[in-house]
Amino acid sequence: MSVIFELSKANRRCAVFPDRGVHQYKLSDGHVRKNLELPEVAEVDLVRHYMGLSRKAFGVDNGFYPLGSCTMKYNPKINEEVAALEGFNEIHPLQPASTVKGALKALKQLQDALCDLTGMDAMTLKPAAGAHGEFTGMQIIRKYFVSNGMPERNEVIIPDSAHGTNPASAAMNGLKVVAVKSNENGGVDLESLQAAVGEHTAALMLTNPNTLGLFDENIQEITRIVHEAGGLCYYDGANLNAVMGLVRPGDIGFDVIHLNLHKTFATPHGGGGPGSGPVGCKSFLAKHLPEPVIGENGFENSEDSIGSVRSFYCNFLVCMKALTYIKVMGADGLKLASENAVLNANYLLHKIKDIYDVSYDRVCMHEFVLSLQRLKDETGVSAKDVAKALLDFEIHPPTMYFPLIVHEALMFEPTETESRETLDRCAEVLRHLHGLAYSDPEYFKGVPHSTVVSQCDEVRAARNPVLRYEKDTEASA
Amino acid sequence: MEVREELKYTATHEWVKDLGDGVYEIGITDFAQSELGDIVFVNLPEVGDEVVKEEAFGDIESVKAVSDIYSPFSATVCEINEEVADGAEAINNTPYEAWLIRVENVTDSVELLDAQQYQEVCEHE
Amino acid sequence: MSKYIVNSSEEQQEMLDELGCASFAELFRKAGVLGAPQLSIPEGVTEFEAYRDMAALAAENHVFKHVFRGAGSYKHFIPSAVKNIVSRNEFVTAYTPYQAEVSQGILQGIFEYQSMMCELTGMDVSNASVYDGGTAAAEAVMMCVDRKHHKILLSRGINPEYRKVVHTYHQFSDSIEIEEFGTDFEVDSNTAGVFVQYPDFFGNIPDLVKIKEKAGDAKLVVIANPTALGLLEAPGKLGADIVVGEGQQLGMPMSFGGPYLGFMCAKEKLVRQLPGRIVGQTVDKDGKTCYTLTLQAREQHIRREKASSSICSNEALCAFTAAVYLAAVGPKGLYDVADTSFQLAHYLADRLNEIGLSVVNKGEFFNEFVTECPIDSKELMKHLYEKDILGGLLLSNNRILWCATEVNTKEEIDWLVDVIREVL
Repeated sequence: MSVIFELSKANRRCAVFPDRGVHQYKLSDGHVRKNLELPEVAEVDLVRHYMGLSRKAFGVDNGFYPLGSCTMKYNPKINEEVAALEGFNEIHPLQPASTVKGALKALKQLQDALCDLTGMDAMTLKPAAGAHGEFTGMQIIRKYFVSNGMPERNEVIIPDSAHGTNPASAAMNGLKVVAVKSNENGGVDLESLQAAVGEHTAALMLTNPNTLGLFDENIQEITRIVHEAGGLCYYDGANLNAVMGLVRPGDIGFDVIHLNLHKTFATPHGGGGPGSGPVGCKSFLAKHLPEPVIGENGFENSEDSIGSVRSFYCNFLVCMKALTYIKVMGADGLKLASENAVLNANYLLHKIKDIYDVSYDRVCMHEFVLSLQRLKDETGVSAKDVAKALLDFEIHPPTMYFPLIVHEALMFEPTETESRETLDRCAEVLRHLHGLAYSDPEYFKGVPHSTVVSQCDEVRAARNPVLRYEKDTEASA
Repeated sequence: MEVREELKYTATHEWVKDLGDGVYEIGITDFAQSELGDIVFVNLPEVGDEVVKEEAFGDIESVKAVSDIYSPFSATVCEINEEVADGAEAINNTPYEAWLIRVENVTDSVELLDAQQYQEVCEHE
Repeated sequence: MSKYIVNSSEEQQEMLDELGCASFAELFRKAGVLGAPQLSIPEGVTEFEAYRDMAALAAENHVFKHVFRGAGSYKHFIPSAVKNIVSRNEFVTAYTPYQAEVSQGILQGIFEYQSMMCELTGMDVSNASVYDGGTAAAEAVMMCVDRKHHKILLSRGINPEYRKVVHTYHQFSDSIEIEEFGTDFEVDSNTAGVFVQYPDFFGNIPDLVKIKEKAGDAKLVVIANPTALGLLEAPGKLGADIVVGEGQQLGMPMSFGGPYLGFMCAKEKLVRQLPGRIVGQTVDKDGKTCYTLTLQAREQHIRREKASSSICSNEALCAFTAAVYLAAVGPKGLYDVADTSFQLAHYLADRLNEIGLSVVNKGEFFNEFVTECPIDSKELMKHLYEKDILGGLLLSNNRILWCATEVNTKEEIDWLVDVIREVL
């Protein structure tokens, strides 16, 4: 398909702007732009081009999307309609507080709901994504120790099963990462943890349920060990969809938490963003939250704040979508969502675990991880092959090769918004592919067979990067 | 997998060639390149930089992974292989020709392995 | 039932039975979870009720009819085709395009975005976005510093919101030093980068060529207003090494500050220092042109604690929106938006000058400028609010930062001046 630059024809116009009748001002020549080669297209060219692209994209609205650790649940349409309200869309971030009372009230409602749900005392909606929340949380922890005269507490303990964002967010704040191993049940190994904590410990960063989809039964013991060593406990809320209304991180020893509104609270991922990554904390850390915070009279600043982690206040429209979702769901609905997320994961696992190996054979939470090492050893068919083959059945692949501690990993997270038939069909397809791996491994050589492109040459993309369109140059060799 | 008799090795899969006059050439082994897969980029230090024994002096990127390259010596970098810096696939194609850096003023060294000892290291991985 | 949960309670029970669990409580017990907290969030309501509730909150905000305030968030006209295209569910409900086979539409859209941003800024490479203008500036710091250069010089002409973010981001770094400067600066052997805004927070158009000369070997980082680049020379042509900024102007509403778009572009030699996702063109197994995320070894999911940034989710749909906007307006449209904003701002400046709100800017400015205010500026603003006018931003008791864009009109400006005159 052509890139839009190739559709360009001189003097075609789509959007045309009114002449305001003022033309007398001149910019000096040195400042004036000489040339700007953006596409020139008519509206119908524009619309057809992008409709063409939309046919080559796949969202939750196109089909089953069991992408582990990403919580690709259905995104209710009412949320989009709410976010498009003029009273939310057309307000300037620097309007006087008295003219944005509704916005402030709405943000306060969202903060309060998220505090209630997580057992935290204070919340900021400022971070724009999960990793941004982690970064903010690490800043709060670092600020706490530095301002209490303990700058030597500069180590963050992170399990080897963690998302890459965890160590990266810690390192960005000058914190040293100490990795701890997982035990045979996929949880934190208590002995390794005990050995890792000490006078340099700033925090433990933990995802629970962990990235294997398992709830750590020792969780209270874990947070106790860290607290006794003088450290704080950070909860990565990536997997909160498993425990809403069932477990509150604040009740089991966590001091700081981030959430992903674009996962747990049904706001759309938008092909990679915008998201929103609120950060909550216990009251003793509240004064370190990024400025401004929303108080009774609008925005307020604290002298002990870490400062500002982004311009203005938050990804406001994303927050409005999440608030709408929370209102519709309510305490009862959120709990039911988590219950069904866990049920659906266990149901799918149950339908395939007689032939696929599970990384840890336990009742899982909202997601589970298969290891296809045995299949690969016996047939040569890899986790990637099976994942890509799912595309021919209009199922989005699960997360591949993560967590790093499982060989040939495939991580499935069906979410609560999928029907039993969808899960049954996915199980059937997985069983079919398993059979094919033994009867006709050659089948997997060309997977996927039905997509518009197949097996993009990533090595070539990285060795000879072509990162922008240039006239008269072709990507072809 | 090729191991060359005339070279010395480290347990972290670098090879070392003595160029005489106190200058040593360092690259990564055939075993290392095949483990990494298609190499797309290599980060190298600059001429004049000090490298430290057993510490990373650069890293190598494949499409889905990145690995540190460890220095067998404490020394000064006197030359880097610009050709490899511009076309890292040479490391896949000819690992023993595609040297990465040359060092001089060696003040400390790890215990280097000979070809046979290195062969054994690889067999245990 | 519903609540977006598909299976009926009967079906849920059947599934539980199949798993050998009598109830959800038993399922969770087996998974290691005991008990459940009492929440104070109210019970759920119907969509009808939730919408009414949210619409009431929206109605408590005042949408000003006349806006003369910018300062980092701008009211521009957004063509209907842009809004329509970017609300397609295939784009809205997709995840990050890790699976290239079913993500060609999004990947190509981002590739086109990267291409347009390179063209606009005069740079060679662009990433697929970061959170916003402030974080783009903060991330650019990491692109400048290396083992031998640790000092960053920030112009006080940069939006104070952005400067605050830059300081916050790097406050716990052991090595990075950030210094601010007013009109002039000196570089030394430790200087990694010089940051200026173009046009700056007060609307002034800095002389980038002169600044680059002065910066010498330090990298010149330009925080640019992309709308202004429809009229102003591309920073890349004037010596910039890195161009970053806020892209909200390109098709996103003001929406109380977000979601916006942080863009980051650079010279080719800095491509591996760019944070975040990058889309590249390549071929598939049949030799067909296709697109994929590339140079991923820079990123956190591979480099972990050694990555320069932890960014994962970015502002992809906003980047996509910017690309659709730029294609919809084209070079002539962007010029018109920029030139009309420029013309109206200058007309406004002249008219305000006439009535005693003297313009402070000494040199050339784009679509924002600062005036003195002979009366208490808070009183003046209050008066304007009553007339449904969001006046300029108060910088101090007697200084105001004004803004005009193509959505304003000459008649509106004449009327604004009359309204101001009432209280002078």
